[in-house]
Amino acid sequence: MSLSRRAVLKAGVVAGGGLSLGWQLGSARAALPGQLSAFVQIAADGAIRITAHQPEVGQGVRTSFPMMIAEELDVDWAQVTVVPAPGDRAVYGMQLAGGSMATPTQFERMRRLGAAARAMLVQAAATAWGVPAAEISTGSAMLRHKPSGRSARYADMASAAAQLKAPDPKTVTLKDPGQFRILGRRVPGVDNGKLVSGQPLFGIDARVPGMAYAAFAKSPVFGGKLKRANKAAALAVPGVKAVIDIAERRDLKAEIDVPLPGIEVLPQGIAVIATSTWAALRGRDALACEWEGGDAAFQSTLAWEAAAAKALKDGPQKPGFINHGDAPAKLAGAARQVTADYAYPFIAHAALEPMNCTAQVTDGKCTLWLSTQTPEDARRMVAVALGIKPADVTLHLMRSGGGFGRRLMNDVAVEAAVIAKAAGVPVKLTWDRAQDFAHDWLRPGGWHRLAAGLDAKGDIIAWHDHFISFGRGGNFDPPASIDQSLFPAGVIKDYRADVSVLPIASTLGWLRAPINNAFAFVTQGFIDECAHAAGRDTLEYRRALLGPPRAIPMAAEGGAEGAENSGTPYHTGRMRRVVDEAAVMARWGRKLGPRTGLGIAFHFSHLGYFANVVEASVNDAGDVKVHKIWVAADVGQQIINLSGAENQVQGSVIDALGAALGQRISFADGAVEQVNFGDYSLARMNDAPAVEVKFISTDFPTTGLGEPAYPSLAPALAGAIFQATGKRLRQLPFDTSQLKA
Amino acid sequence: MKLNINGKAVEVNADPDMPLLWALRDILGLTGTKFGCGAGFCGACTVQLDGEPVRGCQTPVSAVGTAKITTIEGLSASAWGRKLQDAWVALDVPQCGYCQAGQLLAAEALLRSTPKPTDADIDAAMSGNLCRCATYTRIRAAIKQAAAA
Ligand code: FES
Ligand code: FES
Repeated sequence: MSLSRRAVLKAGVVAGGGLSLGWQLGSARAALPGQLSAFVQIAADGAIRITAHQPEVGQGVRTSFPMMIAEELDVDWAQVTVVPAPGDRAVYGMQLAGGSMATPTQFERMRRLGAAARAMLVQAAATAWGVPAAEISTGSAMLRHKPSGRSARYADMASAAAQLKAPDPKTVTLKDPGQFRILGRRVPGVDNGKLVSGQPLFGIDARVPGMAYAAFAKSPVFGGKLKRANKAAALAVPGVKAVIDIAERRDLKAEIDVPLPGIEVLPQGIAVIATSTWAALRGRDALACEWEGGDAAFQSTLAWEAAAAKALKDGPQKPGFINHGDAPAKLAGAARQVTADYAYPFIAHAALEPMNCTAQVTDGKCTLWLSTQTPEDARRMVAVALGIKPADVTLHLMRSGGGFGRRLMNDVAVEAAVIAKAAGVPVKLTWDRAQDFAHDWLRPGGWHRLAAGLDAKGDIIAWHDHFISFGRGGNFDPPASIDQSLFPAGVIKDYRADVSVLPIASTLGWLRAPINNAFAFVTQGFIDECAHAAGRDTLEYRRALLGPPRAIPMAAEGGAEGAENSGTPYHTGRMRRVVDEAAVMARWGRKLGPRTGLGIAFHFSHLGYFANVVEASVNDAGDVKVHKIWVAADVGQQIINLSGAENQVQGSVIDALGAALGQRISFADGAVEQVNFGDYSLARMNDAPAVEVKFISTDFPTTGLGEPAYPSLAPALAGAIFQATGKRLRQLPFDTSQLKA
Repeated sequence: MKLNINGKAVEVNADPDMPLLWALRDILGLTGTKFGCGAGFCGACTVQLDGEPVRGCQTPVSAVGTAKITTIEGLSASAWGRKLQDAWVALDVPQCGYCQAGQLLAAEALLRSTPKPTDADIDAAMSGNLCRCATYTRIRAAIKQAAAA
């Protein structure tokens, strides 16, 4: 990654003496001496502080980003204190937890910052000692000049270094990865001690003097209007102080200058203000609101299933949405054809920390305490809702009790701010679990009718998909789309996707490895079927499909319109290597017990190459037991934090296992039917197998890990179940009743 | 109402029907105990009453009586608790960390009754505690490490 022309470092003096260094972001507020904007502070008293500025949602950035700086600063990790940053783009630059993009975009940037601070300390020592800088070595926050035997602590030179002009970050020397002493090691999370002793870190833990607790009654059907509510009953609940009408549904999207992904409307509803969350929620229930209408009232899973079946029968609404080569002709001329229908449901993010926000509005200024993946979007959205400037919104960036894409959206922050303003006191608004499901930005469901043409050897020579998912105005919502960067497009030359779009009014969103998390199941499952039809081993078949190592250019976005090949290339060699590695790890081809199988799948997403093998058995009652999962991954040259990286991968595949075995959101009468974890099941301890992870280092830039391990789990499990039982599961979540002996 | 929380007598002025979870969090400011589902499904609200893990969201404050309440804030008073905390930190169990208070209180009760738990013991004791980030492999390893410490 190259540094932008505007990347300028600025040094300052730490209060009490010492060096601070941060980025000058073209803002007068950036990197002023002693301000929090300093990413690195080396105080004269010996303290070494590194700022963690990215939103922490469980992906480990509060540890991994400071590690990048500490490595090049050449200090011991134990010498570092990590300090949090507020959400403020003008000071910290982009703060975003999404798309597994933090590591790829900022790895080099963080390292150069650390290296620049080290260079300044070296220069200060060189001047003080009258020796060439090149003769000075560093380590453990010490400077040493071997020839003269002199040494000093960083702290001793920090004030002198603060007087130097910060170097051009492009000119500083970075360590050779072979010299790394922190990166690539297992480094426990910096907040672990606080987490295991229950200290307040999360948004929901915020406590502000004079704070009240709020619940918000709003229509479970998107856009529904309030018909009646029993405010007297709510006010009679002990602890309830006030009920506040949020009378108007507001289309905030129309009010904001730059479109944001998060919020389209502020719903109509009634806020209940109380002395505890419990009283507020009881008050909300006592309102016994009745709602009517709503844009989404037509929504029904049964109706959608019927519409999808009809579209499959009648043919696609948009033939040739993606059309490479001539798949229909190749299919017609193929030695044999394989066909199958696949489907998957809506699923929910279900972060364990329910959506919440604490807000205070006074004198045209707003302060938020918020768990979010997109702090800057939250500030802008809240500013629009309150009619104030984003600069007048202060955001305390709290740790998130899970994100998975849900906290890209800041709807709860807008509600909290509007309610706090109306209440005239700071409020903590908390959604309950039913609201979390009812108002999620769901992973869209979809259907695929697939046809493959096989040549005489059984290799796939043509691929045809009729893909059905959801959108508005006849166009797919972005998270429901199909694009040309999705394997096997590009690898199979004759590839065609026809599509149909079903109408939806509820919100759809990005959920951990979005789009990929569904497509990998369909694509890899169908490849398994083709291998079986061809009478070939599914591992060998996949190797043949990937073919010789080469970089295949991929289109970035879009269907037929966006046909330029501007996306990231697909490296078949990188993929083959992880496929081979996963097979070796799992000892592919070994003899297995009765009703036991091994399945393999691979997927490329978020710049990472992943393959996994699942070993599972199925008992006579049809219960699936996963024994073990092996994952091989190539996310480029350098794993940042081996502990965090492995944790992400293990969590991703077990999360995906939970989804494959039990997660489904359905609609009836316009609204989501699921209300709690009793009817929406996540993986539990007794479901969780051992997960062995291997990272393969390749000569490519380091990329992110929060998402790409997820997609290939479900198809590998389906493959294992097929080997164990001969039953092919083509629908998520798996209907294990089909698997009875 | 008087409660005994982490070895201290505490006066709490709460509706008797209020679940202990909310009395701890909102009235007493002990926010380490977490709200996940409010319905007994997730275990994020796990605390101990006289050493037994219970769901704070399903336990009205009036039902606590004289039972000794242990929350995550008081876990380090227990030798097992400290061993578990050390193992949790060293093995880097948390991802988002939101479930971990409940996990630790469930694990402490397990080790007190079963100092050398088998995998089946761990499954039985811990399957009521959801971890949305699915840190289960490490929770299992950390319980075993604490048991061996
Ligand atoms: S919050 Fe009590 S079990 Fe989930
Ligand atoms: S660590 Fe996130 S829910 Fe367990």
